[in-house]
Amino acid sequence: MTALTQFIDAFSTGKIRVVDLTLTLSPEFPGISLPPEMGQAWPFRIEEVSRYDERGPAWYWNNFSCGEHTGTHFDAPVHWISGKDLPNNATDSIPPERFIGPAYVIDCSKEAAKDPDFLLTKDFILKWEKKHGRIAPHSWVLMRTDWSKRHDPVEYQNYDEEGQHTPGPDVEAVKFLVAERDVLGFGTESIGTDAGQAYHLRPPYPCHYYMHGAGRYGLQCLTNLDQLPPTGAVVIAAPLKIRNGSGSPLRVLALLHE
Amino acid sequence: MQRPKRKNPVLRTRLPTLPPAARSRVALGLTAAAALGRFELQQCRDCGTVQYPPREACQKCLSVVLDWKAQPTEGELLAQTVLHHSNDLFFRERLPWRLGLVKLACGPTVVSHLHEEIKNPPMKVRIRAMLDRAGQAVIAALPDKENCDMADDRQLREFTCDPKHRKVLVTDGKTALGQALIKELVSAKTEIVWVGYAEPWKKFAGFDELEKIPQVTLMPLDVTDSKNVRELAAEIAGKVDIVVNNAEVHRSFGIGNRQGVETARAEMDVNYFGLLRLAQEFGPAMRSRGADGSSSAVAWVNLLSIYALANFPPHGTFSASKAAAHSLAQCLRAEMRPAGVRVVNVFPGPIDDEWNQLLPPPKVAPAALAEAIVGALREGIEDVYPGDVAQEWLARWRDNPKALERELSA
Repeated sequence: MTALTQFIDAFSTGKIRVVDLTLTLSPEFPGISLPPEMGQAWPFRIEEVSRYDERGPAWYWNNFSCGEHTGTHFDAPVHWISGKDLPNNATDSIPPERFIGPAYVIDCSKEAAKDPDFLLTKDFILKWEKKHGRIAPHSWVLMRTDWSKRHDPVEYQNYDEEGQHTPGPDVEAVKFLVAERDVLGFGTESIGTDAGQAYHLRPPYPCHYYMHGAGRYGLQCLTNLDQLPPTGAVVIAAPLKIRNGSGSPLRVLALLHE
Repeated sequence: MQRPKRKNPVLRTRLPTLPPAARSRVALGLTAAAALGRFELQQCRDCGTVQYPPREACQKCLSVVLDWKAQPTEGELLAQTVLHHSNDLFFRERLPWRLGLVKLACGPTVVSHLHEEIKNPPMKVRIRAMLDRAGQAVIAALPDKENCDMADDRQLREFTCDPKHRKVLVTDGKTALGQALIKELVSAKTEIVWVGYAEPWKKFAGFDELEKIPQVTLMPLDVTDSKNVRELAAEIAGKVDIVVNNAEVHRSFGIGNRQGVETARAEMDVNYFGLLRLAQEFGPAMRSRGADGSSSAVAWVNLLSIYALANFPPHGTFSASKAAAHSLAQCLRAEMRPAGVRVVNVFPGPIDDEWNQLLPPPKVAPAALAEAIVGALREGIEDVYPGDVAQEWLARWRDNPKALERELSA
């Protein structure tokens, strides 16, 4: 029996379960907001081509449009200026084996509920490791905040006069995960891998800066992280093969052993 | 006029009818002026005679050199009559109907629709060329005073699109213009103002104030999202009497000073496709309510720009999107006219807002623009050039479009 036949066996007998970590692409879902004078990513939009009607009598289909960074999406290193000159830094050139990896899920949901600006620190991660074990190299680290349960876009985006308030990692945590844990990437439930107020960190947007600068990836707008165990899940996250793409919406799946 | 009773929702809505619409090409000169709120008649360049109805030649000297010229509006009512019978479907449904003969100070005697305050001749009156439901110019005789009330006049209400007692959708409440429009509409005794706002997660300045206005209902609306437009129409299109589409994207770029097409595409998506989406979703329901009592569906207002007539290169892609919207608005006008729903196009010069920050004054203030838009609905004007800048550019464009093109590109 090969590992794959074992896998299929476990899968068909229900020992391996699939959890969908993806939000549904819909026009209502908020996009990343930038100052209006800057270039803007397209939100998800969908237009009917035909629906069993005079435009196409027996078939239904749509045209959709969106930016590379829409909905549940993948960030490639070339997305950030720090990763622009790395080899294999875009959606079409990243080796496909990098799209499958173990997931370590750090539960910050209580902290994020209390403080929307909660920053995940190196200390927090070290304490978590004491309980759940050391993060293995080439793994996804997923920050569970239950942010995806905020179904109202106003609450999900959480803006006030000073901008957005959503949780994310701090500078030291990102540097630690890259340099000392050699992670595959970092994933969040909110609209960015960085915190809403990360523009004010040094450097601004540290998760983008250091992760992509070291050739690592990002996943954002994830959901159902509350259904994953702290360790033991395997994540499949393969972006669309866009030539020199900086990212892409994608279906993120987690496999769990029951 | 009393606030109309609520409609019994199980009664049939009558189909719209139009007054006689056929006009000769020459007679459209009266319509062209009335569309701008002006009263012009043919005047012979050779002998100076002013004539009505419009003809190919001067009725006095047979000269064919006739100019459409603004004429004084004073006149005297000579006779009046009440129509109790008509074979015309439009008037048949609106009897009795009062008509009169008015001797104009400039010469001709004209048949006029009479304001209810115009009683027995002889009487000094002021006349107006107004567009009727068919979009053609007719002449109305009004009392000889300022601020004559046309909103409450049974006959003249057929020629205007007064927002009084009507229900209005303003597609963008986020801008200063949107908020000024809402205030203006509310003070014009609008029944309901539905106010669209895109990206509801970004709270905007003025939101709390709008929420406090009892007539206002805020509705998330992004005109780039077909599903959103469709769902909003499903909810309210059957009740909307007036659409004011003021949603626009405006960036100050030409071709050479902005890389790529994304900014221009965003302008087109809101300014052109936004109008198309709204028209497809709200148009049919409004067309079915063109004769729905005294508060029927009456008007569709488009915020265009004077740059729709001639490109202003520093805002070149914005100009192009407004020219596209202008063209589409003409299509909408043709499609709405059979229902008697008037499409009002507004061509302001630069608005005093964020995106005209670097343009020197004069710029039209949002409050003044809002006043002009509601004023156009009240007066039955179809093409609005609000403010001095727009009026001046309009005059230059009518005089010589090529010259204006050169001047704007200087």
